[in-house]
Amino acid sequence: MTRIVVDPVTRIEGHLRVEAVVENGVITDAFSSGTMIRGLEKILIGRDPRDAWAITERVCGVCTSVHALASVRAVEDAIGVSVPPTAELIRNIMMSTLYVHDHIVHFYHLHALDWVDIVNALKADPKKAAELAATFSKWDKNTTSYFTEVQRKIKQFADSGLGIFANGYWGHPAYKLPPEVNLIAVAHYLDALEWQKEIVKIHAVFGGKNPHPNYLVGGVPCSIDVDEVAAINTERLNLVAKQIAMADEFLNEVYIPDLLAVASFYKDWAKWGGGLSNYLSYGEYPTKGYAQVDSFKYPRGVVLGRDLSHVLPVNPKDSQEIKEYISSSWYDYKGDKDAGLHPWAGETDINYTGPKPPFTTLEGFEKYSFLKTPRWKENPMEVGPLARLIVGYASGRADVKEIVDSTLGKLGVPVGALFSTLGRTAARGLDAALAMGWLKEFYAELMERVKTRETSTFNGERWEPSSWPKECEGVGLVEAPRGALAHWIKIKDGKIDNYQLVVPTTWNGSPRDAKKQRSAFEASLIGTPVAKLDEPVEIIRTIHSFDPCLACSVHLYDPEGKHIHQVSFE
Amino acid sequence: MQQKGYNRRDFMQLCAAAAAAAGFGQTGLAQVVSAFEKKEKPAVVWMHFQECTCCSESFIRASHPIVADALLDVMSLNYTETLMAASGFQAEKSLKDTIEKNKGKYIVLVEGAVPTKDGGVYCMIGGKTAESILQEVSKDAAAVIAWGSCASNGCVQAAKPNPTGATPIHKLIDKPVINVPGCPPIADVMMAVVTHVLVLGQIPALDSLGRPKEFYGRRVHDTCYRRANYDAGLFVESFDDENAHKGYCLYKMGCRGPVTYNACSVVKWNEGTSYPIQSGHGCIGCSEEGFWDNGPFYQHLPHFPGFGIESTADTVGAVVGVATLAGVAAHAVVTNIRKHKVIAEVHTEDQQEDQKES
Repeated sequence: MTRIVVDPVTRIEGHLRVEAVVENGVITDAFSSGTMIRGLEKILIGRDPRDAWAITERVCGVCTSVHALASVRAVEDAIGVSVPPTAELIRNIMMSTLYVHDHIVHFYHLHALDWVDIVNALKADPKKAAELAATFSKWDKNTTSYFTEVQRKIKQFADSGLGIFANGYWGHPAYKLPPEVNLIAVAHYLDALEWQKEIVKIHAVFGGKNPHPNYLVGGVPCSIDVDEVAAINTERLNLVAKQIAMADEFLNEVYIPDLLAVASFYKDWAKWGGGLSNYLSYGEYPTKGYAQVDSFKYPRGVVLGRDLSHVLPVNPKDSQEIKEYISSSWYDYKGDKDAGLHPWAGETDINYTGPKPPFTTLEGFEKYSFLKTPRWKENPMEVGPLARLIVGYASGRADVKEIVDSTLGKLGVPVGALFSTLGRTAARGLDAALAMGWLKEFYAELMERVKTRETSTFNGERWEPSSWPKECEGVGLVEAPRGALAHWIKIKDGKIDNYQLVVPTTWNGSPRDAKKQRSAFEASLIGTPVAKLDEPVEIIRTIHSFDPCLACSVHLYDPEGKHIHQVSFE
Repeated sequence: MQQKGYNRRDFMQLCAAAAAAAGFGQTGLAQVVSAFEKKEKPAVVWMHFQECTCCSESFIRASHPIVADALLDVMSLNYTETLMAASGFQAEKSLKDTIEKNKGKYIVLVEGAVPTKDGGVYCMIGGKTAESILQEVSKDAAAVIAWGSCASNGCVQAAKPNPTGATPIHKLIDKPVINVPGCPPIADVMMAVVTHVLVLGQIPALDSLGRPKEFYGRRVHDTCYRRANYDAGLFVESFDDENAHKGYCLYKMGCRGPVTYNACSVVKWNEGTSYPIQSGHGCIGCSEEGFWDNGPFYQHLPHFPGFGIESTADTVGAVVGVATLAGVAAHAVVTNIRKHKVIAEVHTEDQQEDQKES
């Protein structure tokens, strides 16, 4: 029995440590630990709720804007204001833009090197690579001279020490791609790096900048006026249209073909990494207002035990549904240490009881993470693109079913293949493809509104805090690229009285709960083979398939326990 | 200055002047220069502490040069947790090897603040505290660049009550630091600062807060295309009102442009696509120290002594003054005077500096 420690886990957002127990070449137990905390919820207390989007947006710069959206939705829910339809469309355009950007960056820059051997690409025949690429893509850059040039660059790079690619697990027996596929993927790694700076210009048009575009309680900050030079006018809309067209081409001719090509060599990975069997999605892309959940493109719901015949409803305001536990986390509760607390009644007293740094292992410590452990009706849940697709599939959504079934068909694998590391990575591609289609729809609808001049972007009825109830509370739900994200806010006398976030990586990457049930990262590692203990690429593959975002998941802190609504047991 | 065709002696003098102004000692400078006199790509390590990775994300949005070219041709980026292939033991090896093989010659880029409370347990990597890693990595560095507001001034985790003791790096290391604040900094500004150091082989001229004057020498307000509206007393009164459509000044919506030193209204964001004010939202002052506590963001700034125009603004609509005016003090000399005087003074300042340098 060997305990493997991977820290830092790189090509993720934030600071993650994984310790895994390996027996006879197979993982038998795993521990996932978040090792950084900033205390943003404490910082939010007492501030103007209209500023909270900017503060919470800084929770994460990779999935930038998702917390801003969750925050404005939470405040709008609390103070009782709805946003104009044009503002909702712009928010949808920004969110679907993020899905496409984030998933493509994840695939090429955070995940691909787990499957693609960059050094092996040097052995490829560029002519064969071009011929092969032509069989699955119409991307006009895929020529012999292009692959030759990329190979020359990589050679030069390898000769000078490989820089960011140094010390990878190159040559590991788990890498299965032929040299030509490696070369194609490396070339597109570089192309994707250049392309990704383009699509975010959509955020810059509507939100002024990216990362961290601007949001606004009651709508969006930009104005649309095709008779004015300083507003969003025809020139700005053309810029957005061009970016959408470029993204559509990159997604359909580069990302999806590469994803399927790589996946076809790794069908083994449909056997491993499934982990939990419960899936949660809050749903996303309202088309008739945020309050009308049945208008969402992605439905809200829960699938338990991989039973695709039932979708259970989710109510984030019910104190008995979503609760957070600290049995294995570096926090303390005033009452029952093993009880779960609903976010509106949450306590967040930090209490680090781990080893004194520097340390080499967390073994033997009952508490081992700065992440709390969220549960839905006491069940551990997986969240993310796979969960969205499963809930959408089980809800009978035609667009979801069609894309899932056709992809399974292309790869020649059954529905069960979804519940795996490979399924999770493939699901992210399908999620991006759906978002791409919806992005085009949202843009077309926006243009219709521009034609009819129905372009109000701000509802100022409740802008002034004097128009709010003395005390109110709200929830903002978002399906972020990484999964179910929610902000709970309590407002008193126009100020934030309590603010709690439960984010995707907290669901997936949290430590064990009071019943010792594992969360998704830990559960998914069990049963995975590890060929070389000192080069555990298999662990990295499965962890990366979740696209972890640790800064998001660890942000709670309240040393005095003040200002927090809680059940008192004293 | 480049156009004047400086020789090596001039260059050394120039560097010395810049370095002295920034607090860089002669020894550190010699290391910087010698590092760039060699032909090999300089070794660079990028550290991540208390941050949200928006600086890394911004950096990869650079357009000139694009980041792929920078990584292949300009620098050898041997450690960055966001992009590097290696994880765990192999990642730590990349860091260790770079430091050992390039003593005195490598550049450290830091993204994130460092928590100092409770023995540093609020940010640990590989079982070690962020602070101990920072000390270890910066000890033999030729230059240290602080990316973004987190590393430069603490940013959001250092906002009141700063629960984890988040601290900017210049307060922790015994070495001069180039601060490149912003949340995040503009992509092409980041690339330009790196280029200034790695390709020109120079420490850029810095202001009293360690920020490159090249990008942080002018207020967003002074270079804003909506400035004429401010001078004329034309203001947006509510989001998406008629005045917003016309592109009037966002001062009354809380814009922090008048107290924010950054390049947003000149360089703009995402290859010059836009900047916050152009897209209808006031500047939140994200590159200024303590900007999170200089709110609420939608409450407009108080009067500026010396400006005639604010009194006009106040008579146009109801005004609630903001109690604090963080970020102004360091630049009081420049801020508290009229625009034309600002331009005149900056001219004089530049001339004086030119004289000093020659």
